[in-house]
Amino acid sequence: MIAHLIRSLLQGILVILAVGLIAFSMFRFVGDPIASLAGQEATDADRAELSERLGLNDPFPIQFARFLGHAAHGDFGISYRQARPVADLLTERLPATIELAVLSALFAFIVGVTLGVYAAINRRGLVANSVMVLSLIGVSLPTFLIGIGLIYMFAVELRWLPSFGRGDVVRIGWWTTGLLTETGRKSLVLPVLTLGFFQLTLIMRLVRAEMLETMRTDYVRFARARGIPERRIQFRHALRNTMVPVVTIVGLQLGSVIAFAIVTETVFQWPGLGALFVNAVQFVDIPVMAAYLMFVAFVFATVNFITDFIYVLIDPRLRM
Amino acid sequence: MTEPLLSVRNLRVEFPTRRGILTAVDGVSFDIAPGEVLGVVGESGAGKSLTGAAIIGLLDPPGRIAGGEVLLKGERIDNLPAEALRRVRGKRIGMVFQDPLTSLNPLFQIGEQLTETIQLHTGMSAADARGRAVELLVDVGIPAAERRIDAYPHQFSGGMRQRVVLALALAANPELIIADEPTTALDVSVQAQIIALMKKLCREHHVAIMLITHDMGVIAETADRVAVMYAGRIAEIGPVRDVIKHAHHPYTRGLMGSIPTLTAESERLTQIPGSMPRLTAIPAGCAFNPRCTHVFERCCIERPDLLPTERSQVACWLYAGDMRATA
Amino acid sequence: MSVVSQPPPAQAQKGLFARAWDSDVGYSFRTSPVAIAAATVTVAIVFGTTFAEFITPQNPFDAASLNLMDGFTPPGEAGAGSGMIFRFGADSQGRDMYSALLFGSRVSLLIGTASVIFSLLLGVTLGLVAGYVGGQIEALIMRVADIQLSFPAILVALLVFGIARGLIHPSLHEQMTFVVMTVAIGLSNWAQYARTVRASTLVEKRKEYVDAARVIGLRAFPVMLKHVLPNVAGPVLVIATINLALAVLEEATLSFLGVGMPPTQPSLGTLIRVGQQFLFSGEWWILLFPSVALVTIALSINLFGDWLRDALNPRLR
Repeated sequence: MIAHLIRSLLQGILVILAVGLIAFSMFRFVGDPIASLAGQEATDADRAELSERLGLNDPFPIQFARFLGHAAHGDFGISYRQARPVADLLTERLPATIELAVLSALFAFIVGVTLGVYAAINRRGLVANSVMVLSLIGVSLPTFLIGIGLIYMFAVELRWLPSFGRGDVVRIGWWTTGLLTETGRKSLVLPVLTLGFFQLTLIMRLVRAEMLETMRTDYVRFARARGIPERRIQFRHALRNTMVPVVTIVGLQLGSVIAFAIVTETVFQWPGLGALFVNAVQFVDIPVMAAYLMFVAFVFATVNFITDFIYVLIDPRLRM
Repeated sequence: MTEPLLSVRNLRVEFPTRRGILTAVDGVSFDIAPGEVLGVVGESGAGKSLTGAAIIGLLDPPGRIAGGEVLLKGERIDNLPAEALRRVRGKRIGMVFQDPLTSLNPLFQIGEQLTETIQLHTGMSAADARGRAVELLVDVGIPAAERRIDAYPHQFSGGMRQRVVLALALAANPELIIADEPTTALDVSVQAQIIALMKKLCREHHVAIMLITHDMGVIAETADRVAVMYAGRIAEIGPVRDVIKHAHHPYTRGLMGSIPTLTAESERLTQIPGSMPRLTAIPAGCAFNPRCTHVFERCCIERPDLLPTERSQVACWLYAGDMRATA
Repeated sequence: MSVVSQPPPAQAQKGLFARAWDSDVGYSFRTSPVAIAAATVTVAIVFGTTFAEFITPQNPFDAASLNLMDGFTPPGEAGAGSGMIFRFGADSQGRDMYSALLFGSRVSLLIGTASVIFSLLLGVTLGLVAGYVGGQIEALIMRVADIQLSFPAILVALLVFGIARGLIHPSLHEQMTFVVMTVAIGLSNWAQYARTVRASTLVEKRKEYVDAARVIGLRAFPVMLKHVLPNVAGPVLVIATINLALAVLEEATLSFLGVGMPPTQPSLGTLIRVGQQFLFSGEWWILLFPSVALVTIALSINLFGDWLRDALNPRLR
């Protein structure tokens, strides 16, 4: 068990390093930082001096190590486009994305598991068929269209909910939250639904498939042969077994919800990290791109590790 | 004669498919007396497992019982509503499957799985049920039962797991246990232990066993009577000694001849040419007629009923009254 | 006296199509109205987009053929400038939405197909290498595949896009967009192929005929390939179909975000992006029709892919 966890931790570190390499390589080989920072009137001597000062003449591994060191401190330099420290941009926009991501994941999990279990048990009912239709539509409807559709219905036609932005936010320390104001909460509804919808369909299908698979196992058959009531088999036996792979897979997906938020944030003009990244791509703002990548990799690795940890806790076969 | 515990009359199991209706079990009839061990033997696909599943009401759809009756102590159980049938399962008829590893839920301790079954059928308190569970484990030969009751299935070896499975099947004191290939997934040395255990349990708990297997050796060791199945029908049924030593049906003779023994005089094992027919192409008349060395005209036209011999019954026209002399 | 049973009469040799029609897959197709509908719609769309020039009343991306006075014509009405009937309405520049749809769909489908081919080739190759070579290389490839699968495709595609943009000279940006998008989307979708092919390769590698081939002096790899490819053809086809729908949607998303096809050679995503501007002002048709087209394409391909997966799965029958 310990070996498993250590391996998971190492893998996480490896991922962060690998992404770091990509991010750093972007810095070195894509675009010209000197040109961006020095401006157009700089002379060659100015450029050479800037080059030396930024340490761009040092060997690759040293520069990489320096990059990682800075990254660990949250220092990614200055944004090419906005001329502000990238770290500031990150902390400004982080709460918006985190709130959105966490709420949508919760929504998707709760509704998804419920519907998935229901669809597996009542295989022919109305709910089961709706679930299948819904998940099929979910895979065919791109997130941005869902967002636009919801905006049209609830913001334009019905005028119940706002169509963009976070509404009023309350600042607590360096965090800003929209949960404490009415406009904040209203602004959260549509983006959470949009971001959650795709995850919801995935979870629904997964739970249904796993549950059906579990209901076909020998141990369920044996439980039936012992006369255990069907309901009990479904909710005490099969559900338990189903949740083990579901929790792991959902956990793994969770690590990348933040990245999934890119599209939703763009549609709703949500001031989060995703919108920041898209902007950065359009203008080839390398520091911001690199910082975003590292952050996503970090979250990804951390969530993966925690998921592995939980998996070990719930499956006795791994607890040797 | 005492009233039979289980009585199967003309059982027919069908599978509707797009190629038509396939009859996997066709008119099977037999009785099991209380405390008796009936072996059901045959090749893969002969319909043995389906017969067992049909009796306990665990046929996987689209399979269904299309005809016949199953009577437990004189009362029909094949047409019971789902809830009533569920109460029969475990309490009056138990079932044991082939693979002990997949028969136990890996996430629950075996103690939990035992006490659940016990409490469900007897209504004991949790403490009492746990005590009874320990007793059962001791009964099936699990060492240090008090401790191991809290272990998980993967912490047991294959043979131990099958013992646990037997304990679970016995938990509610059923009168009949259907054992579907209980030793097939085990090592040969462990097989012998499990067979001995089953015999002991049968004696001590006075529980009848329907032992389904393709291994004649196990039958010879354990069963009182044996039914030989072929293509969904019973070819021969009778006391074990009779069927093995004096097989009547040509198929049974072929089976016995194909078993290698240490004391056989001949050098070659008997082979039955051809193979068992697929469900879509069962011959008219006796299902064995294309492969039979004693086949004659009647075999291809009329399907034989189970005809009596001295101690057994055979589904073969060779044993119809007028033909007996030439058998 | 024994009766000898006759063997069944030999079946007449049937043509390939007849055999396909009679097979289980063919039967499944014939009896599934959904599969037939999905396939029909897909074929119709492909047909329509291929021959778009001949079907549409106007080439919406030839500036000379537009009349500004036609702008904002509602669906079904005649344009104020040219008098042409605009079946699905006209956008702000007087472009016929119906024509724009067909041309846009063509771009979407082209990029989608190209990227699927790219990721198929990449994934299958990597899977073969991983399965056959084994060891560290296999571990590395599979780890990367795992990560690629859990990272959203959008992120990978955006990243590739950003890097490409940085590396390619700005004047070439527009021409290179097609290639960049193909590579970007292709790189974000190869892992599924790799996994499937690797699994199959591993299974085949252990079989005895591989050792036998080596013993008699043949090179094992081509022999193994001959057995692996037919085995994976089915699953790879299913993955490719479902991937096609995903690729089309990904392309649309990228274009919607503004990093995809430009308005001068738009895909459906670009059209939707443009249309979104008019959501609040009431010209709903500029947004609706490209959206419906996009969903229809994705849905048909998905339905077909779903049916194909079930039909080719022996366990479900």
